[in-house]
Amino acid sequence: MSEQIRVNDMVVRFANVNGTGSSSANEVFSKAVFRMGIPVAPKNIFPSNIQGLPTWYEVRISGKGYLGRRKGIDVMVGINPESMKKDIAAVRPGGYFIYDNTKQLHDDMVRKDIHMVGIPMMQLSIENYQAPRLQQLFKNIIYIGALSVLIDLDLDVVKSIISEQFEKKPKLIPPNHKALDLGANWVRQNLVYPFNVRLKHSNLTDDKIMIDGNAATGLGAVYGGATVLSWYPITPSTSVAKSFEAFAKKYRKDPETGKNNFAIIQAEDELAAFGMAMGANWNGARGFTATSGAGISLMNEFIGLAYFAEVPMVLVDVQRGGPSTGMPTRTQQSDILPCAYASHGDTKHIMLIPANPTECFEFMAEAFDLADQLQTVIFLMSDLDLGMNIHMTEAFSWDDSKKYNKGKVLNKQELEGLEDYGRFKDVDGDGIGYRVIPGTHPSKGAYLARGTSHDPYGRYTEDGEVHAGEINRLIRKFNTAKYLVPKPELYQETFQSDYGIIFYGTTTYAAMEVIDILKEEGGQIDAMRLKAFPFQDEVKEFIEAHKTVYVIEQNRDAQCRSLLILELGIDQSKMASILNYDGMPITADSILFQLRLQMEGFNGQLPSTNNHNNASVSHH
Amino acid sequence: MSFIKPIFRHPTQTKNKAGFYKSDYEGRISTLCAGCGHDSINASIVAACYEMNIEPHKVVKLSGIGCSSKAPAYYLNNSHGFNTVHGRMPSVATGANMANRELTYLGVSGDGDSASIGIGQFIHVNRRNLNMVYIMMNNGCYGLTKGQDSATADIGSLSKSGSRNEFSPIDMVSMALESGATFIARSFSGDKKQLVPLIKAAMSHPGFAFIDVISPCVTFNNNKGSTKAYDFIREHIEVTSEFDFVPIREEISVEYEEGTQKSVTLHDGSQIQLSKLYSDWDPSDRNSAMEKLQQSKANGDILTGLLYIDPGSQDLHSTLNTSTLPLNQLTEEDLCPGSATLEKINTEYR
Repeated sequence: MSEQIRVNDMVVRFANVNGTGSSSANEVFSKAVFRMGIPVAPKNIFPSNIQGLPTWYEVRISGKGYLGRRKGIDVMVGINPESMKKDIAAVRPGGYFIYDNTKQLHDDMVRKDIHMVGIPMMQLSIENYQAPRLQQLFKNIIYIGALSVLIDLDLDVVKSIISEQFEKKPKLIPPNHKALDLGANWVRQNLVYPFNVRLKHSNLTDDKIMIDGNAATGLGAVYGGATVLSWYPITPSTSVAKSFEAFAKKYRKDPETGKNNFAIIQAEDELAAFGMAMGANWNGARGFTATSGAGISLMNEFIGLAYFAEVPMVLVDVQRGGPSTGMPTRTQQSDILPCAYASHGDTKHIMLIPANPTECFEFMAEAFDLADQLQTVIFLMSDLDLGMNIHMTEAFSWDDSKKYNKGKVLNKQELEGLEDYGRFKDVDGDGIGYRVIPGTHPSKGAYLARGTSHDPYGRYTEDGEVHAGEINRLIRKFNTAKYLVPKPELYQETFQSDYGIIFYGTTTYAAMEVIDILKEEGGQIDAMRLKAFPFQDEVKEFIEAHKTVYVIEQNRDAQCRSLLILELGIDQSKMASILNYDGMPITADSILFQLRLQMEGFNGQLPSTNNHNNASVSHH
Repeated sequence: MSFIKPIFRHPTQTKNKAGFYKSDYEGRISTLCAGCGHDSINASIVAACYEMNIEPHKVVKLSGIGCSSKAPAYYLNNSHGFNTVHGRMPSVATGANMANRELTYLGVSGDGDSASIGIGQFIHVNRRNLNMVYIMMNNGCYGLTKGQDSATADIGSLSKSGSRNEFSPIDMVSMALESGATFIARSFSGDKKQLVPLIKAAMSHPGFAFIDVISPCVTFNNNKGSTKAYDFIREHIEVTSEFDFVPIREEISVEYEEGTQKSVTLHDGSQIQLSKLYSDWDPSDRNSAMEKLQQSKANGDILTGLLYIDPGSQDLHSTLNTSTLPLNQLTEEDLCPGSATLEKINTEYR
């Protein structure tokens, strides 16, 4: 089993039982790798359950900076007896399986083609700690200590992270440090170390932070001026609300009065959650809600009202596995079509699609300006992978000279000079009328907002021509949005290939890795990342400039491909599709496999590949 | 039927203290059926707002869907309003109220809108004690879809076609009492003398003020055998008290018989004066109100008037400790923590 040494290139997976305190220990592990200057991408693979079920924590470590998931586990820390058989099977040949040998492992569990590394974790813990609960918790710290020696994880860095974590409970620092040493010393005295896969200090994480997308979204809402949050608990969006609450309590209390410059209401359901945030926006504050899965379906009626009554609104959709209740703790990009055309009747909605926490922060803050400018619903299309996992991402920045853009709102003085105000009159030709916030003027600007058909003055109408005129104006407005939403990102200055790939959101990590791998092999494919809907002219130009375009996305029905064909009038025969919908983040290998399979017969534009990263290939 | 409302001001009309004529509080011409109870309620709303000296643009009118929810078009033309979706008015009102605590929020709804599709939002707006007036125009049927029974229709009540309602009614006043409203009243669209001061008091109350107004549907539910018909209501109505509302700084002119008099001072200093008609009923005691309500129900009476008030009511803003300045008036300066703080936050995530 001798293998070449691989530095800063591995996947470590922890197999735990949920509710045993393992996740905080595992997070310390990723953070330590990050602090060593090595790019790291942890993924929490957890059950929809509070205690007792299998949970995994998978960490991709990549000196090349690849942040997507990679199949093929190099080091498995298998703590959960229930999932152990599967966990052992998941290790790549030549890899390492670390387990607790306090109780001896059954012979038929042993694999000859991997390293079986037994450490008496529980025994060490029992010998050193009294309370059963502590024995359980410190067992987790003991394996981190053991790992530090086995893969050259800097133990001092781990210790400093633990010291910071318990800054307010300093009594807990020494026993934690002791547990680390227990694991480390046992390995030093009993095993050959380090493994062939190991870590080395680097400097690739400067200017980066480690944060989950939902925390970034909540912070973006604070910076974007949101004052009203109404929400209903649902995985995986709940932490958006909790993060907004935590940041608001810290940074949004009036320093003199101690009063809150925000209001948060846990609503009775998703319908009310949308209604409240929309009511706040209608009345001139900035409100938002966050939801996932069924929440989007439930909000559809209100989404149509906000669209037709033209009320600004920000709606965060942290997409999860559907349909129906689906897989609440797994990821997907399967709400693209349902959100683009949400609600009955002719509707179209604006979507922003962040690909990392930095964009969650920036797009969320921007969403409130866009909502006010366009007087409609802005969807922030996050997903579980982005929202609930911690990502290495560019540090946040803010321009202090930035003023909130409240869009077209008339004040009292402006109303005084107006003889013929109509809420929905298209004065400027961009499809956007002028709002008046309730309470502005004693005799001018008042109107009854409604979901029924109305004329440019907001008055009820059943006149077909007037109705069609208003519906058409909404399309003018939608076209105006093209110039305001973020433009797609192009990954080449000039097109080099007959083939192009289009991707968006969390698919980006794996797609970037694919571009890189192909380049290393001497191949080339043109690439574009979508950041928003409606699609701009650049998107159409990209597609038209290529013979075949592969749309890579994480849903069954190739939703974004359909949306591109529908909205841009593209010939569907040139639009190919690469998909992943098993609930786990898409991998570069899966994309490459599907790409090569589909390109057979395309005259080998892409050269064949070496067995990259020893990774197994997923078949869909 | 005329569709254009004449702009006519009675020569003797006078301005109120806020400088507005009564006609400044009116709306567009009603398209409800002639004789509809809802139009009488609309008139009471106009009268109450005029008498309260509220500037029209300081009122926000809200509604759901149905005949009742069309009503906001027929009063307070100079007020902003939102005709929302079916049964969801309370959530929109909640958000609007959070955005600006300084305006008066006046919601109207129907028994279909409130007691069926909207029962969830109704109960939750009660328990949050949102500062708003919620008038439910209660006719026991779905008027706009031609007269189906609603959830407030009494067992045994006959529809226009003669079919009998077999399902237990939801008493929305009891619901409100149970779920935390702090001002609860019932009235009758035909009793303007009672309804106007009730609306005025409700507008002064800092919390959720619910008024269930029985409002007969002349077209679909005014037949013999209906328990929401004008004749039936008039025969079965019982009042809790004689009632007057005295705004702050006005002299109390009503005097009631000794021993029955009760006055309730509201948060802003205004007063409710009432002469109780029952010695066993205390309007500031939730249990006592519930008991009185059950008693009269058992007797087959429709009890109207003020039923319950919590003079110490604290509204949602005080529960949430929101800023005194309305949230919609805060600027970047109040809201954006800025780049220096962001740099500090970045450090916490390294």
